[in-house]
Amino acid sequence: MTKDFSVLKKNLKKDFSGLKEVKVALLGDTATQFLVQGIRATGFDYGFDLQIYEADFNQIEQEVFDPSSNLYAYQPDVVIIFKSSHKLLSQYNKLSANKYNNLAGNELMTIESLITQITKRINSNIIFFNYPEINDSVFGNYANKSATSFLYQLRKLNYELMNLAIKYPNFHLLDISALQSQLSKSVLFHPSVYINSDMVLSIAGLPYVAARTLDLIGAMYGKFIKCVVLDLDNTLWGGIIGDDGLENIQLGSLGIGKAFTEFQYWLKKLKNRGIILTVCSKNTEHVAKEPFERHPDMVLHLDDIAVFVANWDNKADNIHLIQKTLNIGFDSMVFLDDNPFERNLVKESIPQLCVPELPEDPAEYLEYLYTLNLFETVSVSAEDAERTKQYQIEAQRTAIQQSFVNEDDYLKSLNMLSLVEPFNKFNTPRVAQLTQRSNQFNLRTIRYNEAEVEALTQSHTAFTFSFTLEDKFGDNGLICVIILKKEDEDTLFIDTWCMSCRVLKRKMEHFTLNTIVDCARLKGFAYIKGEYLPTAKNAMVKDHYANLGFEQCNGHWLLNISQYQNKDCFIKNKN
Amino acid sequence: MEKSEVLEKLNVIFKDTLENDDLCINYATTAKDVDEWDSLNHIQLVVDIEKSFNIRFKSTEIHSWNNVGEMIDSIMAKTQ
Repeated sequence: MTKDFSVLKKNLKKDFSGLKEVKVALLGDTATQFLVQGIRATGFDYGFDLQIYEADFNQIEQEVFDPSSNLYAYQPDVVIIFKSSHKLLSQYNKLSANKYNNLAGNELMTIESLITQITKRINSNIIFFNYPEINDSVFGNYANKSATSFLYQLRKLNYELMNLAIKYPNFHLLDISALQSQLSKSVLFHPSVYINSDMVLSIAGLPYVAARTLDLIGAMYGKFIKCVVLDLDNTLWGGIIGDDGLENIQLGSLGIGKAFTEFQYWLKKLKNRGIILTVCSKNTEHVAKEPFERHPDMVLHLDDIAVFVANWDNKADNIHLIQKTLNIGFDSMVFLDDNPFERNLVKESIPQLCVPELPEDPAEYLEYLYTLNLFETVSVSAEDAERTKQYQIEAQRTAIQQSFVNEDDYLKSLNMLSLVEPFNKFNTPRVAQLTQRSNQFNLRTIRYNEAEVEALTQSHTAFTFSFTLEDKFGDNGLICVIILKKEDEDTLFIDTWCMSCRVLKRKMEHFTLNTIVDCARLKGFAYIKGEYLPTAKNAMVKDHYANLGFEQCNGHWLLNISQYQNKDCFIKNKN
Repeated sequence: MEKSEVLEKLNVIFKDTLENDDLCINYATTAKDVDEWDSLNHIQLVVDIEKSFNIRFKSTEIHSWNNVGEMIDSIMAKTQ
């Protein structure tokens, strides 16, 4: 999947217009010209027009600590900091022997002050490359036993960086050290190029580093995989359930069965971290479900699967069905199937879908999938783990709904409750995540990271609301985020209105608007102003404000609240 | 491989790496003769040549050539 650098570079001459623009600053302590080209070129393939400011060579501290630097004048959305292991090593080399064991600690203090300085001055995400290992072999294996060895200091630094990443929500690590383990050092590092040009990344390794960088930037802007669509026969287990029967499919600790079992454990971990698992299989439904219900070595069970589709129809049609049920974009789904014919058919019919070319040998599935880094994310919230359950409950609701003739009767029967709260430290991760993930029901698609969400809670001119929604079937968790900003004495502007598509058609919009109007009245505003900024994905809400009774006015939407009457809805306030 | 064959293969690499389809190099060509051939692209050329001929240059060689002919001599010494 990763292109050669010379092929990648041809992207630079392509037409970037219409792609999502993101301002990036790259600060490095080695020569970064090719890295800049690689990142911009890779951005094209990810749908981004990255405008990259490349700081002068080895000016990281100067740029960050000088408030009048070009970095701050540029106001980047993303700051990439690339400090190299080689520069770290030369720093170590120059220390007197009794200072060796201070290297990691000192470097960490510098890095933390870089983070706090940047965060103080601009609202941006920071991507920091961790340190690929250089074993200078001065101590042999004893390096692991001596705090003064370079290897010990480097590993300590990498470990402590993870703690920094936990501490600062807008600070993200790009794990170039793990990438080096995957590719090997001889691929990622080219000694003669380093000596002649001071570039520490080989040309062969650049496309990989650039791809990982874009994985992160993509996740910051809502591009990531949310759902796995799984084939069954020879993908989840060895053999064909319909032909071989329950006793003869391969699973468990023997032979090739081990490969499938380990693959299922991996899927289970994905599910636990919030990736939705679905099944799309050419099978008779009850036959396909049998292993899930009865095979002792199955790791995955039916309650791990949000949508289970087994029939003899075309797989592309079935994936359309799954997509419709979950209400997510095809570009946030990945399809895993051992059969190249099915993969091609699906790929041709749904080009946005990610369809990895699984190796022929099931023993290689996992190693191959690991290298793809399919499941990037910049935030994880407690609710993620509950997601599969929520989609299953949604399927139950749909079934009940069909028994009601009248929509309102159905909504009434749900006994819906919503907890309305301003942003606080408990809901901050989920609020940030919702602004980053909602693509469809999102009026202006402004993304907020956790630090920015926190900043809003301190603001005197911004009012924030988060909404949960629960009903008799279960709790959907936090599903709607509103950010209001005072525009002038009379007008309150809806900066952000985004909602999870899980709760469409519940009149949640009515409940939300009632809440906004209450707030506006309380604070003495006369008008509420809304805006719709179209994207490739949010056509669903193009008439949102018109439907709610706002009047069009100079490209905006205005609601005069003196005439507003509370909209009907069947949701009660839980507070 | 004959010297002329190496030149021909090299010309393809130069065109591709420097993204100039009209480029026609000869033994006497130097970096000054080709607009796109700056010190940065030189590194990429070196790496692309290494890959294409399956060789590795020594660090000291990379900046030792005075013209394409000397570059070819280096390549030929490694592919004999």
